[in-house]
Amino acid sequence: MANTDKQVNELIKREYEHGFVTEIEADTFEPGLNEDVIRRLSAIKNEPEFMLEWRLKAYRRWLEMDEPDWAHVDFPKVDYNAISYYSAPKKKEDMPQSLDDVDPELLKTYEKLGIPLHERERLAGVAVDAVFDSVSVATTFKEPLEKAGVIFCPISEAVQKYPELVQKYLGSVVPAGDNYFAALNSAVFSDGSFVYIPKGVRCPLELSTYFRINAANTGQFERTLIVADDDSYVSYLEGCTAPMRDENQLHAAVVELVVLDNAQIKYSTVQNWYPGDENGKGGIYNFVTKRAACIGNNSKVSWTQVETGSAITWKYPSCVLRGDNSVGEFYSVALTHNFQQADTGTKMIHMGKNTSSTIISKGISAGRSSNAYRGLVKFGPTAEGARNFTQCDSLLIGDRCAAHTFPYIESKNKSAIVEHEATTSKVSDEQMFLCRQRGIDPEQAVSMIVNGFCKEVFKELPMEFAVEAGKLLEVSLEGSVG
Amino acid sequence: MLSIKNLHASVEGKEILKGINLEIKAGEVHAIMGPNGSGKSTLSQVLAGNEAFEVTDGEVLLNGENLLEQETEERAREGIFLAFQYPVEIPGVSNLQFLRTAVNAMRKHRGEEEMNAAEFMKLAKEVSKQVDLDPAFLKRGVNEGFSGGEKKRNEIMQALLLQPQLAILDETDSGLDIDALKVVSDGVNALRSDDRAILMVTHYQRLLNHIVPDHVHVLAGGRIIKSGGRELALELEERGYGWLGIKDADEATPAS
Ligand SMILES: Nc1ncnc2c1ncn2[C@@H]1O[C@H](COP(=O)(O)OP(=O)(O)O)[C@@H](O)[C@H]1O
Ligand SMILES: [Mg+2]
Repeated sequence: MANTDKQVNELIKREYEHGFVTEIEADTFEPGLNEDVIRRLSAIKNEPEFMLEWRLKAYRRWLEMDEPDWAHVDFPKVDYNAISYYSAPKKKEDMPQSLDDVDPELLKTYEKLGIPLHERERLAGVAVDAVFDSVSVATTFKEPLEKAGVIFCPISEAVQKYPELVQKYLGSVVPAGDNYFAALNSAVFSDGSFVYIPKGVRCPLELSTYFRINAANTGQFERTLIVADDDSYVSYLEGCTAPMRDENQLHAAVVELVVLDNAQIKYSTVQNWYPGDENGKGGIYNFVTKRAACIGNNSKVSWTQVETGSAITWKYPSCVLRGDNSVGEFYSVALTHNFQQADTGTKMIHMGKNTSSTIISKGISAGRSSNAYRGLVKFGPTAEGARNFTQCDSLLIGDRCAAHTFPYIESKNKSAIVEHEATTSKVSDEQMFLCRQRGIDPEQAVSMIVNGFCKEVFKELPMEFAVEAGKLLEVSLEGSVG
Repeated sequence: MLSIKNLHASVEGKEILKGINLEIKAGEVHAIMGPNGSGKSTLSQVLAGNEAFEVTDGEVLLNGENLLEQETEERAREGIFLAFQYPVEIPGVSNLQFLRTAVNAMRKHRGEEEMNAAEFMKLAKEVSKQVDLDPAFLKRGVNEGFSGGEKKRNEIMQALLLQPQLAILDETDSGLDIDALKVVSDGVNALRSDDRAILMVTHYQRLLNHIVPDHVHVLAGGRIIKSGGRELALELEERGYGWLGIKDADEATPAS
């Protein structure tokens, strides 16, 4: 064992590639949170009255709530008054309309991150709504979307332009009082994306957003709302990366998906936030509430996530399967190393008849990290003929890490069928020796074994994202490509 | 080609190899025989560089270079190949991907261009037929759910793909029925060439009916106690290891 452990430890001791800080003057609120801060935030964003009221209501709920009791994660208490709740990159005049108008510093940052916007535009044909700190600075590929009638814009813009849609759906899936972090997000959300796919439209592009946290002590509170109207389809990609920081940075996002009759949303995430250094110092706290409401009959949602970053991840993309025959899927790869802690999984709430859900979870733990899967499958009394299949696999690298699986099942309907499979395995010395005996570099061997373990999830990702995800795992494990 | 001098090795503090001396020249086929637990697999693993075993004394030269100083993967790229007695599974990693990664690692080392997926697929299909493995096996996980015989054929297929200088075959005959033994032997014979050496480790002599060795050595208690030609193997079969004054736990069990 000792030899593989030593090797692997060396391999996973890699520097965080994206660890740098952009020097951009930020327009930042002084730290602290109170009603006045929320009023200023809402005023800066020129929000209609209903939005301010909504925020204030959420804030008052939040004040009454307690932080959740952490089951399998452990972290110092967050001081919410030490966080600044607004920060915008310096803008020349108004919002930049094209890339030429974007701060060159900012574009350089994206280059360094491997996200050259102009390249992505051309090569991948992906519309990119890039969020830098709290304000969207570049939106591309609007035209083909507009032609199709698709709305894809910063949520701050949607609040202005489509207030009736926002008012109808915002908080309809994740109400402000849902949980501590959702309440906080509802009170102070900075920006994020809004997507509306009209009836019968298949979105002509894969939509993608890149998030990034930059200014020190700036909490980032993204809010994403995607509505797929009857008979529509959209694939949405989300990717994150952040610069190296000593202080822990809080991220509490909310993502709401609304799926109507016969519609489908495919939501894919590759998440690579700064996980902290090899001693467990620094890193992002990622407390996210993601939920989809399959309201319509025959609606479908697929969550696919590849999680490699963050010091602490607390995240359970969930599906409420309300419509008859609606389908929920959750495919997840979560990799932790050093001192990272991840508590992630999903909730599948079956309410409609003949609803079905699939959960495939792959947890990889290295170093001294801890990786927990927590899943709830619930069948309501009306979920006649519903079924779930769950598969949870854990892979351990070295022998100082941990993997936990907590599957919960609640059934109020006798006709519901649940299947559950779970395995735990190790990257063994014998496997490493076999690979090396065939001339393969140890780092390439580890990444090959890990990628093999994740195959079932990667094949659910859109092509270019799958390649990126494979790369990300390699970088997260050792810093080389295979 | 390979020169082993006074090689001592131990595992978990227990000395297993107690002074091995062996010279292997290009073009030769050597057989190492011996009862179970005599150290045959240990010798194979030590030559390939398994770090679970500690070399406490002696030296091993491959073409004059100190082999023991090299990492496992460097030895492999210099042409050492080990067909494992118990091949391990790597779930989810397709045989094809694994083999292409290996072949390309070797090619890169030799300064040759890497093979693309299509080129490699063609080559791999040909070689899999040579060992009578359905090309469908290429798509399956490495050794995943393979039968004992399929694993052994898969090992020989790898040797044929990688074209090593020195192929060490650890009990490649065990667990094979007559037909499979023939297939594997044909594969090994196809490997024989003037610039390649083969070191066959086996408990039984039956493999040696198909692959005729130039030299036979008997390993017992961590030492080579007798060396000879092909006839030594036949004599062992007739008279058993007891004839040499060594105990063999498996003596009573017939070859499977
Ligand atoms: N990894 C190991 N840990 C402890 N003992 C081992 C290990 N590998 C081999 N041995 C011991 O070394 C001796 C020689 O084993 P081995 O080389 O496998 O013999 P053979 O291949 O000739 O049957 C046996 O006593 C065996 O128990
Ligand atoms: Mg053996």
